[in-house]
Amino acid sequence: MAKKIKIIVAKPGLDGHDRGAKLLARIFAEEGMEVVYTGLRQTPEMIVAAAEQEDADVVGLSSLSGVHNYFFPKVVELLKSKGLNDVLVVGGGIIPIEDYDFLQKSGVKAIFGPGTPTMDIVSFIKSNVRAR
Amino acid sequence: MERPDAPYCESPAIRTLSIYDEVGDSADSTCEIGYSHLELLPRMLSAREPVLLSVVVERTSGLMNRDYAKQILEGSQQAVARLISWLEDEDERAYPFMEELYPHTGKAYILGITGSPGAGKSTLTDKLIRNIRKSGLTVGIVAVDPSSPFTGGALLGDRIRMSEHSTDPDVYIRSMATRGFLGGMAKATCDVVKVLDAFGKDVIIIETVGVGQDEVDVVGLADTTCVVLVPGLGDVIQSMKAGIMEIADLYVVNKADREGADQLNMEVSARIEQDTHIKMSGWTPTVHKTVAVDNVGIKELWEAILKHKDFLESSGRLVEKRRNQTYQETLRMIHNEMFRLIRDQLQENGRLDRLVEEILERRRDPYSTMREILDEWQFFTPKQKEAS
Amino acid sequence: MFDEKVLEKIKGGKEKWDQGPVAKTLAKAPEQKPVFTTISGTPVERLYTPLDIAGLDYERDLGFPGQFPYTRGVQPTMYRGRYWTMRQYAGFGSAKDTNARYRYLLQQGQTGLSVAFQLPTQAGYDSDHPLSMGEVGKVGVAVDSIEDMKVLFDGIPLDKVTTSMTINAAATVLLGMYLALAEEQGVPWDKVGGTVQNDVLKEIICRGQYIYPPKPTMRLTVDLIEFCQKHVPRWNTISISGYHIRESGSTAAQEMAFTIADGIAYTQACIERGMDVDSFAPRLSFFFNAFTNVLEEVAKFRAARRYWAKIMKERFKAKDPRSMMLRYHVQTGGVTLTAQQPLNNIVRVALQTYATALGGAQSLHTNSYDEALCLPTQEAVTVALRTQQIVAEESGATDSIDPLAGCYYVEQMTNKIEQEIDDYIKKIDAMGGTLAAIEQGYIQKEIQNSAYRFQKEIESGERVYVGINKYTMEEPPPTNLLKVDMSVGDVEAAKLKKLRAERDQAKWKAALDKLRQVSQTDENVMPAVIEAVKAKATVGEICDVWRDIYGQYRPKEFV
Repeated sequence: MAKKIKIIVAKPGLDGHDRGAKLLARIFAEEGMEVVYTGLRQTPEMIVAAAEQEDADVVGLSSLSGVHNYFFPKVVELLKSKGLNDVLVVGGGIIPIEDYDFLQKSGVKAIFGPGTPTMDIVSFIKSNVRAR
Repeated sequence: MERPDAPYCESPAIRTLSIYDEVGDSADSTCEIGYSHLELLPRMLSAREPVLLSVVVERTSGLMNRDYAKQILEGSQQAVARLISWLEDEDERAYPFMEELYPHTGKAYILGITGSPGAGKSTLTDKLIRNIRKSGLTVGIVAVDPSSPFTGGALLGDRIRMSEHSTDPDVYIRSMATRGFLGGMAKATCDVVKVLDAFGKDVIIIETVGVGQDEVDVVGLADTTCVVLVPGLGDVIQSMKAGIMEIADLYVVNKADREGADQLNMEVSARIEQDTHIKMSGWTPTVHKTVAVDNVGIKELWEAILKHKDFLESSGRLVEKRRNQTYQETLRMIHNEMFRLIRDQLQENGRLDRLVEEILERRRDPYSTMREILDEWQFFTPKQKEAS
Repeated sequence: MFDEKVLEKIKGGKEKWDQGPVAKTLAKAPEQKPVFTTISGTPVERLYTPLDIAGLDYERDLGFPGQFPYTRGVQPTMYRGRYWTMRQYAGFGSAKDTNARYRYLLQQGQTGLSVAFQLPTQAGYDSDHPLSMGEVGKVGVAVDSIEDMKVLFDGIPLDKVTTSMTINAAATVLLGMYLALAEEQGVPWDKVGGTVQNDVLKEIICRGQYIYPPKPTMRLTVDLIEFCQKHVPRWNTISISGYHIRESGSTAAQEMAFTIADGIAYTQACIERGMDVDSFAPRLSFFFNAFTNVLEEVAKFRAARRYWAKIMKERFKAKDPRSMMLRYHVQTGGVTLTAQQPLNNIVRVALQTYATALGGAQSLHTNSYDEALCLPTQEAVTVALRTQQIVAEESGATDSIDPLAGCYYVEQMTNKIEQEIDDYIKKIDAMGGTLAAIEQGYIQKEIQNSAYRFQKEIESGERVYVGINKYTMEEPPPTNLLKVDMSVGDVEAAKLKKLRAERDQAKWKAALDKLRQVSQTDENVMPAVIEAVKAKATVGEICDVWRDIYGQYRPKEFV
């Protein structure tokens, strides 16, 4: 049985803009991934619990309400505290470019801003995902 | 890097953490350090040389495997998670651990929840979890959704409705895709249930996609099977056709505040009454109205499930049921493994393709071909054959 | 509208034109695309003629502005009498910061205020709730109690402005605060004007700021409508919103269809409450999006106006003409803005504003060009407001009413969109109504499918998006972005702590107990809410009472 990439798509915080998250979830599935969509209003603890229980290879975070600098590093930090160091964390949404550096330093491996072709995201994930 | 010393022997969790911290990024993708090999670590880490250390870690990680069975019995969620992934992948590494875990299974009560898409199974499961947790029991959930036959991918959305429980350490939720396996159940479900059983979950809920006749498979796994129906979907007729009506120990009429709920209730009850097969079984399925969204009727449903459990236990049916399940399962495992062996061997060197061509060209027929192949396997395993 | 003979002649002429000059040109040079479509994916023909609107009956289908079926507008003189209300949605940080922005906007000639609340307030949590972490003051102003409301409107007399509040599941609470504040300012409620969004169904469909399950949340919605009808007659009790439906990826026709479906559900619920349709329908208002395809947008507005008028008259038997008028606010399309080459957005917003003016809206918010990057800066907000002023006062779009009427293209598109709306409404009716269609995920899925189609078109290059898939260029990272002070959260939490310690505990507890008791009966909750906010109960505390009684909504939605 071929291994499948398992990805959590999550919306941290109270932001309700999930068009992008849902669209990407669908596209990831079409690319053969197994996508766990967690829905809205996720705390970092909930996202990490999902990643842990689902043995997720990737966690994709989406934020359009300007809370990325708070939530994204928090998720990475919690994953690390559980020893889940090899989970690939990526983010997207409305994120000023000046924040990219900070986020990448805190362990978010890539940030995909508005207008990123979805296939770029897919291929980034495929080439950076861990082996199991 | 500081030289690690005594604290490393305290708890496995702390030890792993420290290793990751010490090793830093270089170990990111090679974190396969087994707890069972931790006694080596003080020596490894005393190397004092970070670069060397990461090399050591990387090299050793390939050689070592975590002792997942032990960790699962000790309560590691991550070990459960990884073992389940391997089972889903049919990864050979999983099975030795399953052998180790098997003696620790058989304690959990297994509940199957099935019904048509849109019947509200996830919401119902969510509310049931809340009830079960109130009584202090721990819960494992296996939520099965279909894989796309075209892309092999899957959208697993059941967690959305259970997010209230996602950080409860006594609830373990796992979403699974069917990966093309018919029966509305992922092929590995059976094994996954065992893992959660050995992990110590008191109740395991299997929530399956209800598509036609296939969910009948859930019966082979569950002690109690609930079939969820909703008014207005023409469910009864559909379910009768699909044979679902025979599998239920309990019926749930969900969204019972909708028009047609009473009608549906009556139809189901009438149907149960007519069924002679049911009458002979000693258990008459009960029908329960719920409005899962509003948490209405859930407590009563859980009580009814417990009643069915009592019935199974006091009548000796539980043992009988599980004997039957074990019988089926043993046969299925043998079947699967033999099939796999034969298939793999036939596919080697393209023999199967050649045979197919010949059959296609009518130079041979499939019947005698099958006989021929089986003859090769009748008395020998491939290995013995080579030896002879 | 056309003589049979004339049509015959045109038909002949068209055939000749097709077979002659067109065929000849096509043989030499094909057109740029095999099929031309609007941004919604609707095919567009090479040429429209009277043949395409042969069935149009002027009196029946268009009529005159201010008269049924209101296709040409809801007022007899439209913008010749008064421009639309230029209303910029604003709010960020603390109430004090936002108050300063409001005063600035009023000085600049803006005529109405629009409050953006932070997400915790919208979701019914106080600023110090765990789920509010990181969100305080982020996308809107933090309002936890009536004290914040006082600061927010400091120096702004509530009888001199109209205020639109983007608040839905917690609308009763925020309106309660506003009314209590009016009382404090000595402004009688019948002089208070404005709008609350109060549209909880679209929160469930697509916007995500829901709190309670559909039934109890609808009850609160209807309570508010009923209360205002009796006590706050100038208040627009609901703003039934297609804006967010479009933002989530729907087509123009879906935007109108699903919004009207929601409108039907609210109207039905009010009638079931025992209200006469003409007693509340005149205060129902709508909120739509405007995209860049000007002609399609204009057609969409005209189609919806006509369809809603018919629904109100025929289905709900409204007699008051005002009940049949689709009055609406517009915001230019947020998702149409690009982070790439952000100045291009000024042009997009200008076209969208033009479409809104030609479509006959009652009020408009124009987005700022930097909104794909961050919350808008003052400079960008000013440009956005000036865009409206240029369209209103320079472009001539406002000189004559519904100037595109009779345009073959626009009239056939209007008909086509109206037909699509009707098809959806029929389908939703057959499913058992809007709530049932939402519950089954039907509406959500339709929207998601459109969003998916659009994304595929962009990625394949089939649809051009300047700066995204064509005419792209390397650009330096943008500068001069607005940052919200991260410390707002701490400040708000400290304020709350102080409020909770200093308020009259007995009065506070009694008010919340009363609210709890009323909420378990059929009595209207608004008076109890107003008493509770006066007793300094917070948004979170009031919403918790209802969470307790009604439970919380969890989306059934999937992808």
